[in-house]
Amino acid sequence: MATETVTDVICPLCGSLCDDIEVIVEAGRITNVKKACPLGKSKIMGHGRIRAPMVREGGELREVSYDVAIERSAEILSDAKRPLLYGWSSLICEAQRKGVELAEEIGALIDNTASVCHGPTVIGVQGKGSPGCTLGEVKNRADLVVFWGCNPAEAHPRHRARYSHAAKGFFRPGGKKDRKVYVVDVRETKTAKVADEFIRVEPGYDYMVFSALRTILAGHEDVVPDTVGGVEKSKLIEMVDAMKSCEFGIIFGGMGLTHSRGRYKNLENVISLVDELNAHTKFTLMPMRGHYNVTGSGHTFAWLTGYPFAVDFSRGYAWYNPGETAANDVLLRGEVDAMMAIAADPGAHFPGESLRHMAKIPLIQIDPYPNPTTELADVVIPSAISGVEVAGTAYRMDGVPIRTRKIVDTDYLSDEEILERILTRVRELRR
Amino acid sequence: MRKVILITGRTIDQGKNLENKMSDEYLDAVARCEMNESLLSEIGATEGDTVRVKTEFGDVVVRAAKDDGLPDGLVFIPMGPWANAVVDTDTGGVGTPGFKGVEATVERTDAPVLPLKELIASYKEA
Ligand code: SF4
Repeated sequence: MATETVTDVICPLCGSLCDDIEVIVEAGRITNVKKACPLGKSKIMGHGRIRAPMVREGGELREVSYDVAIERSAEILSDAKRPLLYGWSSLICEAQRKGVELAEEIGALIDNTASVCHGPTVIGVQGKGSPGCTLGEVKNRADLVVFWGCNPAEAHPRHRARYSHAAKGFFRPGGKKDRKVYVVDVRETKTAKVADEFIRVEPGYDYMVFSALRTILAGHEDVVPDTVGGVEKSKLIEMVDAMKSCEFGIIFGGMGLTHSRGRYKNLENVISLVDELNAHTKFTLMPMRGHYNVTGSGHTFAWLTGYPFAVDFSRGYAWYNPGETAANDVLLRGEVDAMMAIAADPGAHFPGESLRHMAKIPLIQIDPYPNPTTELADVVIPSAISGVEVAGTAYRMDGVPIRTRKIVDTDYLSDEEILERILTRVRELRR
Repeated sequence: MRKVILITGRTIDQGKNLENKMSDEYLDAVARCEMNESLLSEIGATEGDTVRVKTEFGDVVVRAAKDDGLPDGLVFIPMGPWANAVVDTDTGGVGTPGFKGVEATVERTDAPVLPLKELIASYKEA
């Protein structure tokens, strides 16, 4: 039987978008994956898929044809007064574009997983500006790397080896030896265990620690108390010295900042710190984005609507006000009367109270795999896996667009085709 | 019953089962509450015992696990349906629920961990 090794495959799991994966294909089936981390390997190898489209009747999901499931979805969406289209992060930009078109057509609220992840980072950037660089620059130049409230050893397992820690770069030929790595976190994570310095902050005190660092940087260490957020002043002074004297520094920010007290304020403060550090040296910041193309959904939404997430078309034009228009805002207020979950799993990742409302309203799921959202869905439409069975564009966490590859054929429809067919039927029904 | 601060987040085993959530592996990976040795013994639990984690927003039963990287008073539940039964529903003016830094209590219990399907079904109205 023909065995083929497909090289330079892009891993469609996390925002690191590793582009050196090797996939072994035997008789049209993937039999092994090399170079990927356990997360990427598990996704590319695949698990039990949703077999066929399904519609819930009398409480049970029953298999139907694509036509029937698409028709039912179109009816739900065209009947809805306040529909929510949520997800858009584990698929390619081409499908995201179709989603925005659908949202505009039916006056829906369209939101991506940023709203439970780095949404506060995006808001911080909108308020203060966006320091940034590519991961290539980090690899080639960075001699000081700070992982703040993120844990790449578990969430982005190859990030450190490929870009940020052990990676050997043009000006950092020694890799690890040429970089100093700090981890700032509330617990000693796996990443903290391999860092040069671990600084433990009390939960919810990141904002104050940034303020203390800025105060010391501005030359006013005399007014900083002996400990700030559980961190000794001497440690903070040391850190500022390291930051000032490095040649190229970067802070990778994680959900330790976006999910805890202060949310976007934490980001505003760290962006100010980075700004002020640039009076001394080159310093930058990058969010550790989770889903492989959540960055792309922000870009696609923004170039189509002006806004990167939580976009509400109910007024007939794009309106953006996270806190009011993000998926959990409207679900917790019990405001939406129909929902589509595509390429994300709110059933697993939204608070229980949001699920309570999702259970009450018609819910359409488009996804390759069954998951907790399936348990609540009224219509389930299986899709091809983008980046494995469909090629298309995804944005790495540093905003670099990369074309993902198609490795094997499939009988499943792509997300884009499913959305196109729903959109066509919605237009006919609304005429 | 011990007062603690709850944080949630990603782990390798949670990530490995991201597209495999209806499996036992996923339940083992995320229906757990990690705490340090001294907190475990303080609540009279050993690894694998079930514990009840309660917040203002709900309560959930998960398995106790040990992680000495956690300081006293901090517990960690991997992100997922069990953690989300107890996270803070206030979206903080930005749309993002409080997945970290939630005041909670933790205690040893004999109650079982609710399987995924039952946990999700509990959100459906009777
Ligand atoms: S680090 Fe991320 S992109 Fe790279 S192989 Fe692992 S999951 Fe895939």
